[in-house]
Amino acid sequence: MHENIANIENSKRAKKKEHANQSRENRNMAMMMPPRLNPTDSASGPKQHQTWSPYDNNGGTCVAIAGADYCVIAADTRMSTGFSILTRDHSKIFVISETCALASSGFQADISALQKNLDARHQTYQHQHGKQMSCPAMAQLLSNTLYYKRFFPYYAFNVLGGLDDQGKGCVYSYDAVGSYERVGYAAQGSGMQLIMPVLDNQLKSASPLVLPKRETATPLTEAEAVDLVKDTFASAAERDIYTGDGVEIVTINARGIQKQYMELKKD
Amino acid sequence: MFRNQYDTDVTTWSPAGRLHQVEYAMEAVKQGSAAIGLRSKTHVVLATVNKASSELLSHQKKLFKIDNHIGIAMAGLTADGRVLSRYMRSECINHNFIYESPLPVGRLVVKVADKAQVCTQRSWKRPYGVGLLVAGTDETGPHLYQNCPSGNYFEYQAFAIGSRSQAAKTYLERKYETFMECTKEQLIRHALFAVKESLQEEELTSSNCGLAIVGIDDKFEILDQKKLQAYIDSLEDATKEEPAPADEEPAHVEEAAALLTRESSGGVEIPADGDGPAPMET
Repeated sequence: MHENIANIENSKRAKKKEHANQSRENRNMAMMMPPRLNPTDSASGPKQHQTWSPYDNNGGTCVAIAGADYCVIAADTRMSTGFSILTRDHSKIFVISETCALASSGFQADISALQKNLDARHQTYQHQHGKQMSCPAMAQLLSNTLYYKRFFPYYAFNVLGGLDDQGKGCVYSYDAVGSYERVGYAAQGSGMQLIMPVLDNQLKSASPLVLPKRETATPLTEAEAVDLVKDTFASAAERDIYTGDGVEIVTINARGIQKQYMELKKD
Repeated sequence: MFRNQYDTDVTTWSPAGRLHQVEYAMEAVKQGSAAIGLRSKTHVVLATVNKASSELLSHQKKLFKIDNHIGIAMAGLTADGRVLSRYMRSECINHNFIYESPLPVGRLVVKVADKAQVCTQRSWKRPYGVGLLVAGTDETGPHLYQNCPSGNYFEYQAFAIGSRSQAAKTYLERKYETFMECTKEQLIRHALFAVKESLQEEELTSSNCGLAIVGIDDKFEILDQKKLQAYIDSLEDATKEEPAPADEEPAHVEEAAALLTRESSGGVEIPADGDGPAPMET
């Protein structure tokens, strides 16, 4: 019996040794052969076709301007993909509460999901607190919701506009993962680079170094702000192919929420 | 109800085939202050008796909005009711998120009933001690349901639960045949009369009752004190005009009779108050 056990132990040891020898041999062999190239290495030739992306950019532009007692939120109604138009009549503005509206451009599926998410959270808030969320509270909620998906973001570029707790206009501008700031005016989307300089020219002081510091609310009247928005969209539609068809303008003030629509160039 | 050796656990059957803990839970509902519900072709009204145990105390909330098309009135352990209402709200929001349409009332009632049944079959849980009157509208019209701690649910034309609900039920039994054709205002008045019956000696004011209404075209709304007081004041005028409404509407009796046979299992029956077979078996 002891013999058998000894034999088993010996054979085990022998197998181990053999295995070790074999590995050493393999390693030696590997070192002698030339290293295998990865097919995606830059040195390996022409780039291969892009794989599937979970995102798409449906274009569009959003703008918001905060006034002393109003807020104007506007977005164009064109939805595109690539160089094609999907529809000329899609709203990018979501009115969340009596004092708050969200305009988003980017990937429409993510935008719809984000809107539904916020709506559900707002309903729960209303049940628990017996009142609607204030705009600053919604701003924080939106930021948290976006950061929650930090590692698979909502492809949505948001502008939140409404009235704060004192009834003054407020606008919040976001990036895709929830970094946000309260500003006097904001633009996001494909026409942002065309519109922002115009708004800076009209609504900001000549130099940021001029004191006293300007308030975050523009001194323009509501009608003037709406006209400015219409002008900026008409201009952006001239040069940005993803902006056009129409602009939906939502105004929030003490009287409530008013909506208007202006046609834009269809090309 | 006697204490006996089979009532310690909810998971212990008695030799008579009853779960006493569940029956005791339903007893808790009967101890709570009254909640009343009634329905017409277009609206459902919920009314509650709000008893404050001292003047310093504010009234307990017994009416809850669940969604724009559903609301509840509760009787019994209102804390349990609050938890159930949070569950119901969550279910409505989730359904709306997925299907972009309101959750039908009957479906929600079944979910609550199933949740209540779980507590009658786990040794580490206790049954919910609250009865709910669920009022809501969906594609098939307005509905009124009752949810019991036993996990049963019933649909009603009109019903009342809680203490001194028998008085309200008697009133409802007398008048229910006219409810289907009632206008919103008439229905509210009937509800307030029923609450009056439950209050018996006390005077009906906007501080000892609550009222909520939901309709096919009306979102669920809990009336604020001003509106409620206005309706209560209008009751005084109504009592002067009203002869015997039953005589005025003979045509409706036949329709009501047809309704009665359909809903006789749940309609205006008087559930056994502790005597006879266990209520959960009906």
